[in-house]
Amino acid sequence: MTTKLMGQKVQRVEDQRFLRGHGRYVDDVAVDPGQHTVLHAAVLRSPHAHARILDIDVSDVLDVEGVHAVYTYDDLASCSPQMAEPLPLLIPHPALTHGRTQYALAKDEVNYVGEAIAFVVADDRYLAEDAVSRIRVDYEFLTPVVGIDAARAATSLVHEDVPGNVGARMEQNVGDAPAAIAKAPHRLELDLTVERSACMPMEGRGTVARWDADINRLQLWTSTQSSTGVRAAVAVKMGLDLGQVDVITPDVGGGFGVKINHPWPEELLVPMAARALGRTVKFTEDRREHFISSAHERGQVQHIEVGFDDDGRLLGLDVEFWHDHGAYTPYGLIVPIITSTQLLGPYKPQNYRVVFESLYTNTVIVTPYRGAGRPQGCYAMERTMDAIAQYLGKDRAEVRAVNFIQPDEFPFDQGMIFQDGRELEYDSGDYPAMLEKIKDLVGWDEFPAFQQEMAEQGRQVGIGLACYVEGTGVGPYEGAHVHIETSGKVKVATGLTTQGQGHATVFAQLVADELGVKFEDVEVVTGDTRRMAYAVGTFASRAAVMSGSAIHLAAKRAKEKVLKIAAEALEADEKDLEIVDGVVSVKGSPGTSIDLGTVSVLSNPLRYAFDEKSKAATQFSIGDPGKPPVAEDDEPGLEGKDFYSPERATFASGMHAVIVETDPDTAEITILKYAVVHDCGHLINPMIVEGQIHGGVAQGIGGALYERMAYDESGQLLNASFMDFLMPYVTEVPDGIDIDHLETPSPLNPLGIKGAGEAGVIPSAAVFAAAIEDAERLSSTGLAITAMPISPSELFTLRQAAVEEVAQQPSRNPRTREDPA
Amino acid sequence: MSEELHDVRLTVNGTTHDVRVPARRLLSDALRHDLGLTGTHVGCEHGVCGACTILVDGAPMRSCLMFAVSAAGHEITTVEGLTNPDGSLGPVQQAFAECHGLQCGFCTPGFLTTITAGLRDNPCPTHEEARDMIAGNLCRCTGYQNIVKAVERAAEIAASGEETAS
Repeated sequence: MTTKLMGQKVQRVEDQRFLRGHGRYVDDVAVDPGQHTVLHAAVLRSPHAHARILDIDVSDVLDVEGVHAVYTYDDLASCSPQMAEPLPLLIPHPALTHGRTQYALAKDEVNYVGEAIAFVVADDRYLAEDAVSRIRVDYEFLTPVVGIDAARAATSLVHEDVPGNVGARMEQNVGDAPAAIAKAPHRLELDLTVERSACMPMEGRGTVARWDADINRLQLWTSTQSSTGVRAAVAVKMGLDLGQVDVITPDVGGGFGVKINHPWPEELLVPMAARALGRTVKFTEDRREHFISSAHERGQVQHIEVGFDDDGRLLGLDVEFWHDHGAYTPYGLIVPIITSTQLLGPYKPQNYRVVFESLYTNTVIVTPYRGAGRPQGCYAMERTMDAIAQYLGKDRAEVRAVNFIQPDEFPFDQGMIFQDGRELEYDSGDYPAMLEKIKDLVGWDEFPAFQQEMAEQGRQVGIGLACYVEGTGVGPYEGAHVHIETSGKVKVATGLTTQGQGHATVFAQLVADELGVKFEDVEVVTGDTRRMAYAVGTFASRAAVMSGSAIHLAAKRAKEKVLKIAAEALEADEKDLEIVDGVVSVKGSPGTSIDLGTVSVLSNPLRYAFDEKSKAATQFSIGDPGKPPVAEDDEPGLEGKDFYSPERATFASGMHAVIVETDPDTAEITILKYAVVHDCGHLINPMIVEGQIHGGVAQGIGGALYERMAYDESGQLLNASFMDFLMPYVTEVPDGIDIDHLETPSPLNPLGIKGAGEAGVIPSAAVFAAAIEDAERLSSTGLAITAMPISPSELFTLRQAAVEEVAQQPSRNPRTREDPA
Repeated sequence: MSEELHDVRLTVNGTTHDVRVPARRLLSDALRHDLGLTGTHVGCEHGVCGACTILVDGAPMRSCLMFAVSAAGHEITTVEGLTNPDGSLGPVQQAFAECHGLQCGFCTPGFLTTITAGLRDNPCPTHEEARDMIAGNLCRCTGYQNIVKAVERAAEIAASGEETAS
């Protein structure tokens, strides 16, 4: 192995099975053609957003042939007392004074359309759905609270014992923002909104459970982003020892955040039924269920006050926002805390105050969706930058540049507490260099001429720019186990899960580099608690940083052991050895060598010889005959295990720019050019990083221009299908995305890497709002875009409103207030 | 109450299978659960996402919008049937591997079948035609950039394969 694989565009090993149709997703587990041994579940979900349950009548259900069981809340305690308790509040926080979680099956009341009420197990899903339709529930209707305005008004409450519908109020201060703004030469106020969207992985949620009575043990497959988390939750809820539960995360058909929340009701109900019935039970949700009973994100209302000087330099920033967290708070305050901290981006506002209220509504719960609160924070800050530039008549890039943290200021402490409870301290970056790159890539300086040229043809084009910083690779830890078998093959396990990021490829690259083995000889397993019992999960752009670093460290340990044994066997000094293509040899005398498989045999002083490698090992002699075969501080086997636990997150960054054209008549929005400059430190596999950026940009386009959860006032989700919830097809994404990388390595991990998974989606709402606004200025109406996403009809309405406003008050910009006299 | 079952002979990837299914059983479910061909994935069950696309007598169809009973007498091809006879990847599959045209892989089978049929009809698509060929399938991971490249690469591989063969 002479060429390092780190940094190479290595083709993905997992594609071989995916492309042949041999992937193993959760619904592909326990498929038994013709056997009918596996039972299938369906869930009765609330059709009402807010109601008391007076009675549930399941008497007609067991008459349906092929139905094996039906469960309601009253049946849960028969599994274990804990099963009848509310679901866990996974991440408590002192500010979350009124946290609430639902039950696995609704007890006494329902708080959103889609909340699970009854669980039916039958021979197949068709029969289970038949049975669900026969359950009769009597409801007493309560007033639903839908939307942030209704939650704030609090004329009705979601939970009787939560005053004002406020689950949490949290404030952080750096300096004295209100005083600084009051003294500032210029001030502006902005009111912004972002609507709800959702992750929408192509594969929904699913769980399969098998109870093995012979060994008193549960095996659970689930489409999750945290198998260790599900394992612990299932063990507690079912009253089992942790050691009785194995959780395997098979191939996952996309996650984007939604599968980090756990346990879902079905992740408990499926194993409960499997144990009770002594049969394998499977639950695979359908698309409508995913819309109404998983999770959404993004909905916020923001009020911003900012004070700045003549150059546009921030002197004080005061942000207040209201975050819609839906009916329950199983995932705590992670999303609004991220918004409130990551809002700062690459800037240093000097004085910053942020306060948010996290509000209950009778809608689907809100948990992280790719970006996890950052898109909203970026939107708030970048709209503010644009407003300042417009107010001062300055170039938008210049206003950003005067506010950047400079390269010599790292590590830069923003003076706040981040989502992981650690200081918000940026480790590295080079924002001025990045700005130059994005300006070059999109043609920022040439754009005014292009805009003029287009205008002469009657065409409206606009350009937008948005910058962000993303705390990635949050702790607390990940671990890895590297095992060199006697065949010389290397088996690697890390506990976090995979949902399309190509972990089997990138982690194998790292091991091949460190151990000096062939890439093809490395096999990586993720998300299997039998292989790695301690792990956290795949979220917050952390997999490459956390497990990548852990795997690198574990491979180092395995290598140390290889060299120690090989040195003894070859009667050489460890320092003189090298490992190339799985063979350890003395540098300069390639004839003196031993392959890793033989080293593995030697590592295990077993008296039985199974294979050719064992015979080959007999020519070598290691160990002191006067001492125990396994030394006191040693272990048999050729393995390395290690954990990586950083002091804090590492901060990736990026800048996006987009050029759009808006149709003067129809208000249709067309993307002419999309450019991305991205800094995730050293890249392990640029092909995979660029793929992540492509996907993030497409999701961002969806969020900025198309996707919204259309709730009516009664709490019904009106667009709960792919017919009505508009996700981008190829026809909605630009033909080509220009990408450039900047690499400022992280000092916090051995590989100098930063996370890349979420970045592509963060600046989308901000960058499109800016570009569309810039295009629309050509119509001399000077409108301001303050609500995202924006559809052509909304843009059209904004144009009409702007025309009317200009007619009434031609000299005032509706978004700004007067300077102090 | 018991459902009436129908005997159906399905021909999938050149192999015949006899199954007994209710009239309402979707072809997608029959392929996956009754035949064990789990390469065909179900993303929406209402014909929008295209993940379950198979070829029926060579034409792309959404298997979630067909009943198993109505597939009798037709030649069905699923993703499992797109590999070459020697087990190597077919041209579209090979192109996806080379171009990083997939991430989680869930939507991929539907793209592979759709593009296979598309290139049969139009072996040398223009760039616009390549984009148009995949415009009915949803992917949430890739942003489609590399899938478009894979369509163009697959056309190249198929063309060079034919040259070699002739």
